[in-house]
Amino acid sequence: MLRLLRHLAPYRWQIAGVCLLVVLQNLAELLLPTLMADIVDRGVFRMDTPLILRTGAMMLAVTAVGAACSIGVSLLAALVSTGFGRRLRSMVFAREESFSLDEFDRLGTATLIIRCTNDITQVQQVVFMVLRMALGAPVMLVGGIVMALAEDAALSWLIVVVTPLLGAAVWAIAARGMPLFRAVQARLDRLNLVLREQLTGIRVIRAFNRVGWELERFDQANRDLTQVSISVNQLLAAMMPVVMLLMNVTAVAVVWFGGLRIDQGQMQVGSLMAFIQYVMLIMFSLVMLSMLFVMVPRAAVSAGRINEVLETEPEIVDPLLPREPVRAEGGVEYRGVTFSYHGAEHPALQDISFTARAGEFTAIIGSTGSGKSTLVNLLLRFYDVDRGAILVDGVDVREMSQASLRSRIGYVPQQAVLFSGTIADNIRYGKEDATEEEIRHAAAIAQAADFIEAMPQGYQSVVAQGGTNLSGGQRQRLAIARALVRRPQIYVFDDSFSALDFQTDARLRQALRRETRDATVFLVAQRVGSVMDADRIIVLEEGRIAAMGTHRELMECCQVYREIACSQLAEEALA
Amino acid sequence: MNGRQREPGRGVRPGPGGPHAGLVRPVERARDFRGTVRRLVRYLLPRRRHIALVVLLAVMSTLFGVISPRLLGNATTLLYQGMVQRARGVGGGVDFAALQRIIFLLLVLYVASSLFTYLQQFIMAGIAQRTVARMREEVSRRLSRLPLSYFDARTHGEILSRVTNDIDTIASTLQQSLTQLISALVSLVGVLVMMVSISPLLTMVAVVTLPVTVLVTRWVAARSQKYYAGQQRELGELNGHVEEMLGGHRVVKAFGREADSLARFEAINHRLFGVAWKAQFMSGTIMPLMMLIGNVGYVLVSVGGAILVTRQAITIGDVQAFIQYSRHFTHPITQTANIANIIQSTVAAAERVFELLDEREEAPDPADALRLQDPRGDVRFEHVRFGYQPGPPLMEDLNFEVRAGQTVAIVGPTGAGKTTLVNLLMRFYEVDGGRITVDGFDIRRLTRESLRQAFGMVLQDAWLFNGTIRDNIAYGRQGAGEEEVVRAAVAARADHFIRTLPEGYDTVLNEEASNISQGQKQLLTIARALLADPAILILDEATSSVDTRTELLIQQATAELMRGRTSFVIAHRLSTIRHADLILVMNQGTIVEQGTHAGLLEKGGFYAQLYRSQFTGSLAADQAG
Repeated sequence: MLRLLRHLAPYRWQIAGVCLLVVLQNLAELLLPTLMADIVDRGVFRMDTPLILRTGAMMLAVTAVGAACSIGVSLLAALVSTGFGRRLRSMVFAREESFSLDEFDRLGTATLIIRCTNDITQVQQVVFMVLRMALGAPVMLVGGIVMALAEDAALSWLIVVVTPLLGAAVWAIAARGMPLFRAVQARLDRLNLVLREQLTGIRVIRAFNRVGWELERFDQANRDLTQVSISVNQLLAAMMPVVMLLMNVTAVAVVWFGGLRIDQGQMQVGSLMAFIQYVMLIMFSLVMLSMLFVMVPRAAVSAGRINEVLETEPEIVDPLLPREPVRAEGGVEYRGVTFSYHGAEHPALQDISFTARAGEFTAIIGSTGSGKSTLVNLLLRFYDVDRGAILVDGVDVREMSQASLRSRIGYVPQQAVLFSGTIADNIRYGKEDATEEEIRHAAAIAQAADFIEAMPQGYQSVVAQGGTNLSGGQRQRLAIARALVRRPQIYVFDDSFSALDFQTDARLRQALRRETRDATVFLVAQRVGSVMDADRIIVLEEGRIAAMGTHRELMECCQVYREIACSQLAEEALA
Repeated sequence: MNGRQREPGRGVRPGPGGPHAGLVRPVERARDFRGTVRRLVRYLLPRRRHIALVVLLAVMSTLFGVISPRLLGNATTLLYQGMVQRARGVGGGVDFAALQRIIFLLLVLYVASSLFTYLQQFIMAGIAQRTVARMREEVSRRLSRLPLSYFDARTHGEILSRVTNDIDTIASTLQQSLTQLISALVSLVGVLVMMVSISPLLTMVAVVTLPVTVLVTRWVAARSQKYYAGQQRELGELNGHVEEMLGGHRVVKAFGREADSLARFEAINHRLFGVAWKAQFMSGTIMPLMMLIGNVGYVLVSVGGAILVTRQAITIGDVQAFIQYSRHFTHPITQTANIANIIQSTVAAAERVFELLDEREEAPDPADALRLQDPRGDVRFEHVRFGYQPGPPLMEDLNFEVRAGQTVAIVGPTGAGKTTLVNLLMRFYEVDGGRITVDGFDIRRLTRESLRQAFGMVLQDAWLFNGTIRDNIAYGRQGAGEEEVVRAAVAARADHFIRTLPEGYDTVLNEEASNISQGQKQLLTIARALLADPAILILDEATSSVDTRTELLIQQATAELMRGRTSFVIAHRLSTIRHADLILVMNQGTIVEQGTHAGLLEKGGFYAQLYRSQFTGSLAADQAG
């Protein structure tokens, strides 16, 4: 939490202003009871009406000053906290955008999103609350004690007795409440999980006639949640009454013990009234402080997560003096590349060497986990190699700027991610200044033109967030069009035809073949059928190149390849 | 005499935005407020005795709270009189006997008031939570009987939010706001009575501040609600942007669009700041403004009261009590306004829950519905007409027949509506005309349960739940024993990989079932279907996201599963299609052709075109697999 608060530095003057105003505001508040004591002890007692009126006017002035300060605090606190939130969000988002996939793998996309949104809102909220409400509590506490002592020092032993009692009571309830709160959250999550599973699996549940069993599962989660929710609320029910009772009993005690002193002429009634009010202010500020103990730990968790992002340095950064290849053809060379994922025991890729010249079609095949996607991810420099080098047109990818490297590549990921916006926007994502003509052409090659034109708004149809209003196949075709519109020198298809049916798939491949004739093409595939006509097939096994060659060569000399091919093509012609 | 004492609720439960959150946030409103409230009340009726007790307790604790300042005032007066007497040298000072009586009475009142508050909250906890537990249960029951069309038309988030957020809102309102409302109303009346009984003149002074309070609150609330709405909107946009950009991180990177994404983020962030600080500031001014008005009232009453005391119209204790009352007086008014808003949004939430509860259920099985006994697996479509939406139907006059044990391949381009057939066969949707028969029985005359028992389903998105592998397989048939589970796993070629897992059959699949591979998930769903041992099978052939070795296992397991059963296969492999007894060719939602492979090729229609297109491009040869 504290480390994060460093970033409040630009707001130090505003915060100083808040502190000043808070002190003034609390002083004003603290003045009122003693002024009222004057009214009683001097005004009323001596029947001095002008003094009463004078003091009253003073009280009005004091309260006006207090309110003005309070509004000022509100203004500054709002500016500081929301400004702080804005600053943090910018810093966090910029940092996250600069992360390579390695950092994403390590931290997880979901939590990166939470850290940039909810976590920051949480911290911002607490900063506001602290500035607005909690900062005044210590001032009030000290001021209240001083004023109470000034009114009647002899009665102050009551404060010594009551405040620890109050603290203990609040702490006892909170300490028992915390584990219960966590239990409520856990059971709420469980209930949500059960329900979410029931929604996603609705067809299966009904097909297997397991509705009754699912209802029981839900009821169980519901019962568990209800039970612990009741406990928590029953516990919290004690909080307010206990605090109130302590405050009221204290007031009565002051009256009794103060009464004894008044009887002996050691104290005046006005002072007694003021004393009670000061004791109340002290206790109130204690309750406020205890809130701080509830708020801050919760925010501290968020703050820790934000800090983690800010303190993570992206591993992949541009060189100070990037080099540009002399020629731009799209030739790619892997030179003894070895790579391990963070924290992995075995390298994902080991000693990979090959050269793909412009215009060649390179296919990568192998079973799950053999390192196919990793191989192309390295080309895009999503990760950096551990040993060896990858060269594009003769230049090591680490010596180029990332922007320059990636501008040469048209990438179609395994999961077809689309962004909200129109269909045209999504295709144009590949090339910012693409013309209408280019977009239509790319869509046509990607076999997307038909379904786009069948939509009521055509290319202006809106894609929902995550592309949920499109089918998997449609999303894939748009992702392909997005890569095509760039007309890059290098294409990377990472198993990107999985959601297509065979007719579309066939037409797409045919069109692609023509379109990408001059480019260097990398295709990650599961099936031998899709790679049969490649200039070079790389068979990966456990991160190593098991064999490399054309289909014909591999059928002859590569055992693994023949096995794969035979299992897939058993009943069909193999050439 | 505790005139500056803070009232309950202030500061103790400070949700984000402070104690007046209900005032400064925009309020949702229900469409049918009265009807929804009436319905909500019905949920509370079974607990009316408890609620009556809570109301009684709330009234009593509030009344005690209203009486005590007056008593405390009397104590002050006693002290004051003692002081005056002592100063003037007459009488024996403070009347401690009387003081003792008052203090004793006060202590009793305070203890009782706190006890009653505690009890009322304690009882309410049970009422609130049990009431919403019942609502959740009803929602769950209703969801289980709603037709599939309901779920297909909505996002999961939408449905989830009703069961969680909306019902939570109801719970916290029942817990907090109901008793607060009662106390606020009772203390409003009680305090007014006490004030008038002390001094009608001072009461008028105190009441003067009221309209000011209302006006100021309204003014600030209206403004801050506007800014809050703006803040919510910008925050929503910001979160959406972050989610999208980080979710699509590799695409953003691959296309070098980081700067673009940052620029958009900065723009939204800037707009967010512009409204957020205003919203925060406005909501922050309510409290100081209220305190200002309250303090002005306090000063006026102090001064006015003091003058009245000097004229001996009232006692000093009365002034003290009065000051306290005037504080109590403004508080319930703002509180009531606050609660009114909370109740508004609660009723809106309840309305959404009730809407769900009012959704039309699937027609129940007729009373004379038949149970399908030992199904053979003959299936016929006779003149079937069907459409998802009213208007021209998707399918018209669809006819085909499958005999027990035959294999039907369903082929066609993406989005051709292959799942529609599944929906109709399983009666997830009802046909609009014609009929579907299984073993000669119209499926509408069968109980859904026995119909679905005849079917087994293996879909592409292998649905598994957060539980052990054993439970997931056993899902196929209620009451399946350990041995049967293992036998099914062996037949589905899943036993081997299960045993390589550290916990074997007791391995718990995590929430996204990401601790096993896609192909392994498929094997588990096949095992599940094998255990169910259905007469008819619906299966989705896996496409390419499975590695070759697992793929081989899946093929073997599928063959095992299909043996001796009527099978509807959404087919991707040519071998399946070629060996099918019947091919249904689908396009644009309906079946355009049907027949055998040879027959359809000969016909030279859509299927022939589809088939030939695979061999025209050399790249396309993979379909051969």
